[in-house]
Amino acid sequence: MKTENEMKISFASKSENEGFARTAVSAFAALCDPCVEDIADIRTAVSEAVTNCIVHAYRGTQGVVEITARILSGNELYIRIKDKGCGIADVKQAMEPLYTSAPFEERAGLGFAVMESFMDSLSVRSEVGKGTVVTMRKKIGGKDE
Amino acid sequence: MSVKILEEENRTVAVLSGEIDHHSARGIRNEIDYAVREKQPQELILDFSDVGFMDSSGVGLVMGRCKLMQELSGKVIVRNPPSHIKKVMRLSGIDRLAEISSGEEGVCKK
Repeated sequence: MKTENEMKISFASKSENEGFARTAVSAFAALCDPCVEDIADIRTAVSEAVTNCIVHAYRGTQGVVEITARILSGNELYIRIKDKGCGIADVKQAMEPLYTSAPFEERAGLGFAVMESFMDSLSVRSEVGKGTVVTMRKKIGGKDE
Repeated sequence: MSVKILEEENRTVAVLSGEIDHHSARGIRNEIDYAVREKQPQELILDFSDVGFMDSSGVGLVMGRCKLMQELSGKVIVRNPPSHIKKVMRLSGIDRLAEISSGEEGVCKK
């Protein structure tokens, strides 16, 4: 699919950047004229992915989170969130709703479940010791299913 | 993000405003827990009327407060969550742990 527009940001894995990241991506997404609900979904999904980078990928350390967002032909939003953190040994288990590796920090274990349900598609590629790439897509202006 | 704690008879109302994410959740949690441990109310009302954003960190926050209120044999009522926040809550099944009320100010169902 053809890329009509693209943006890239990278920022330190500090929790105060969670708000910055979702606001930046939603400002970019606003260029394809989404409805209020689409924007809320995108903000939430980005917040989950970025929080995962900060809480899990770079646990106890600090690194860089990189986001690439594209508007593809057909008004589809593509978002890729990449870290070079610890990676996920078992992606399938990590994606199970309510599974969390940090229950004592009141993590609900819903990050991937939210991304999956609020976006049209989600893919997670990860390698232990190398990092994780989360890719999400959402058709903007399409009818809700 | 800010939390305003209102003490009423047998209940503590935490009026939340702003955005709830992993970054802000800790401060909110500390303020609420301090008030609850001090007062030991039967009901904790979390008022979401003025919350503009919440991700699953907010679900963790509500779940944790439910646990705390269970220890005190009390309960949690989530008041007035905006529609996109309700969507996150519905996905989490938190409505099985806490009562979600969409009523006006002062609603107090027993």
